[in-house]
Amino acid sequence: MALHLKMDERDDCDRLDAMAQKIIGTPIDRPEGALKVAGRARYALDMLPAGACHGVLVRATVAKGKLSSVDKDAVMALPGVRAVIADERLLRNPAQGMAGEAPVQGVSDVAYFGQLVALVVADSFEQARHGAQRLKLTLSSDPDVVVRPDDPAADLESPDDQKSEMGDLGRAMVDAAFSIDETYTTPPHASAAMEPHASIAEWSGEKLTLHGSYQMLPFNRSELADALGIDEGNVRILAPYVGGGFGSKLGISQEAVAAAIAAKELGVPVAVAMSRQQVFEGIMRRSETRQRIRLAAGEDGVLTGIGHEAWVSNLPDETFAEPVTQATPFLYQGAHRLIGQHIARVHRTCAGSVRAPGEAVGLTALEIAMDELAEISGIDPLELRLRNIPDKDPTEGIPFSSNKLSEALKVGAEKFGWSERSGTPGTRREGEWLVGMGMASAARVNMLIESKARVTLTGDGVARIESDMTDIGTGTYAVLSQIAGEMLGLPIDHVDVHLGDTDLPRGSGSGGSFGAASNGTAVFLACEDIRNQLCEKLGCDPESLTLKDGHAISGNQRLPFSEILQGTDLVGEGHVEPGKTEEAVRQATFGSYFAEVGVNAVTGETRLRRMLGVFSAGRILNEKTARSQCLGGMTFGIGMALLEELIHDDRDGHIVNRDLAEYHLPVNADVSGLEVVLLDERDGWANPLHAKGIGELGICGAAASIVNAIHNATGVRVRDLPATLDKVLEGLPPLS
Amino acid sequence: MKTELTVNGRRERLDADARTTLLDALRVHLELTGTKKGCDHGQCGACTVLVNGRRINSCLSLACMHEGDEIVTIEGLGEPDRLSDLQQAFLSHDGFQCGFCTPGQICSATAMLSEIEAGWPSHVSDDLDRTPELSSTEISERMSGNICRCSAYPNIVEAIKEAADRRRG
Repeated sequence: MALHLKMDERDDCDRLDAMAQKIIGTPIDRPEGALKVAGRARYALDMLPAGACHGVLVRATVAKGKLSSVDKDAVMALPGVRAVIADERLLRNPAQGMAGEAPVQGVSDVAYFGQLVALVVADSFEQARHGAQRLKLTLSSDPDVVVRPDDPAADLESPDDQKSEMGDLGRAMVDAAFSIDETYTTPPHASAAMEPHASIAEWSGEKLTLHGSYQMLPFNRSELADALGIDEGNVRILAPYVGGGFGSKLGISQEAVAAAIAAKELGVPVAVAMSRQQVFEGIMRRSETRQRIRLAAGEDGVLTGIGHEAWVSNLPDETFAEPVTQATPFLYQGAHRLIGQHIARVHRTCAGSVRAPGEAVGLTALEIAMDELAEISGIDPLELRLRNIPDKDPTEGIPFSSNKLSEALKVGAEKFGWSERSGTPGTRREGEWLVGMGMASAARVNMLIESKARVTLTGDGVARIESDMTDIGTGTYAVLSQIAGEMLGLPIDHVDVHLGDTDLPRGSGSGGSFGAASNGTAVFLACEDIRNQLCEKLGCDPESLTLKDGHAISGNQRLPFSEILQGTDLVGEGHVEPGKTEEAVRQATFGSYFAEVGVNAVTGETRLRRMLGVFSAGRILNEKTARSQCLGGMTFGIGMALLEELIHDDRDGHIVNRDLAEYHLPVNADVSGLEVVLLDERDGWANPLHAKGIGELGICGAAASIVNAIHNATGVRVRDLPATLDKVLEGLPPLS
Repeated sequence: MKTELTVNGRRERLDADARTTLLDALRVHLELTGTKKGCDHGQCGACTVLVNGRRINSCLSLACMHEGDEIVTIEGLGEPDRLSDLQQAFLSHDGFQCGFCTPGQICSATAMLSEIEAGWPSHVSDDLDRTPELSSTEISERMSGNICRCSAYPNIVEAIKEAADRRRG
């Protein structure tokens, strides 16, 4: 019998704190880490079976049009080529996160430049690549194509459910002592996970096994089955190691379906890896955004009104739209509000989730606007934020489950030395460097996703955790080991974690920062199930049972598990679902960023000198992996502030900088002086672990602290990200 | 095309398509899958291996160019239960998250430490004639050919410092 929990009310027990093993939260090394540093962790493309063929995908080179023919014969005649596949089941673009069904399929209609429309399969990768380069496609091009979101011909949707209005913002703006009404733009971004999307498909009769690189396997199985037109019971996906995701591997993607079709047709396993360029063009981008932000405040800086309207884009027929304003309804007070979203339909690479969809760009713009409000009101930016923290969700009128924004701001300011910041921009100079400080708030919504897990306590006192959950670098192997070790009183080397296999119980998958808390709760419940079974065997009640170091202690008995179990296994199952606590309270994570930059007075180049992030995300399950997640998020913020920008050609929408040489990610030399502080917090509204998500919080507003620091250093206000040197240079004073 | 080379101390005879990169020869022909393909264009560093002691992007080199060369891959530096100092330091400092760039980072760092010992200056070295100090700035600069999107950079720098300290005794 599985232990089931629907999260309908707050958990007040905090069971983990009552346990005796004391490994929860500790900075243990990743259990799978030795395999990773030794090069023995096997990712999708490392599973190549003997006799496998290799497939290389081929792209269409029109923004919109028809594919009328594929010259298969010429390529089939090349040495080693086994098949040319241009099948209507091929995907136009990946599935959106948690779709659970195939995205738009078909190769006849081309909807964006770079759409993958054919696969060449050969005995070797080199032969397949040669064939793919030689494959002639007959494409027509529709001259009326819209590729620019600001093209007046673009269809613009303004969905009602993304619109909300409270009070009278226009009036509040007129009455305000201080107001801001500015437009901010962010460019499209790429997830750019280090492992390109890759799949190996192998059929055994009607059963398909796919080694893939995916974040959310139960959904991916349904999507793949739907795309192929087969029963999902015949599909097994394996992804024990995933080389980064950041949203780009939420949904099934083109190479998986292509590999499966080819493998079926040829009767041999087929491996298909997307090239880096194909990943840039074919996998989700984060939409560019244009954001109009209005802030109205009184003499004391207290906000009376907030307006946040966003313009984003996506392909026709895609339901996803970057939720830019997601945190705006609850971050700051203000009785008069207007929130809206507009989606332009364009023929560009599909837009989807990239790390922290919504807050990553939305909070960044809002926090630059707050800095502008601080500037014109003469109120310190830190103080301005402290004055505007609401005591409940100002839009919904419900309490926060927990809100440590104030503490995050104060702790960060103290630790960073915020009081040493000059309030007058452009006044601190060191040689040819202008130096300044900036700050921003962080916030991200918190979610719980239905999740199941199985834990087996074996007769020899080892716990085996099983779930189709993934670890995309997030630390799942570590935190699930710690939860089970804590609950069952086992040292970490007595816990084995098996993940990334759709034959195992259905977990939440990795995405939206919900993985550790959702799947962790399922493991927690499975362990409670085992504890209950142990109590039955020992004839004690759960409160009097202590488990530690592989022993059960109750009253004056202390017995090793092996003696209690006598060689048999105990199987526990856990199942958690979201419930009423989702609506009863506003659940979110909060934090603060402080950054110091040097801007070169001659070139306008910005160098980050140091940056601090203070975060509050409920119980921290592993200090080490949580800190690493925050470092990663903040570095995405550095990239957003200074470097990252997908550039679309205005004529046909193609991505001009479709590789890692031209799309500039932060490298080691761009990232120095990063520090992370994790605040102590428990949030029983979230789940019985009292933990919330932390994987995305580090990016939500991070870029604003850097852009604000540039302003403090130079007096130049950049509203069009990234703040590349050309944009800064034009505002710098002339050299004397 | 036939090529003889030494990989992780073993003599290997390859018979591969002339277009086969060293990276694909290692991964597909020799089944040493620790070396990763992140971009196939020398832009990310995930495929870094040591050739005659020096780090290179194995994706930018054809296998048939390596007749007689000595190649060391991540598998040749240590094993899960017998990690090299750098591998151990990456593990304990969490110098990785997803782990995909990690073999390249560690191969790169292994060679980088030798480059510093040999007195090679970098873009950030103050003095071209003196052996560079192993500062965070030097390490970051010299490791900037290895991209880590998870951004374990601060932890990578700490890991390298610790391993270098151990190496120097």
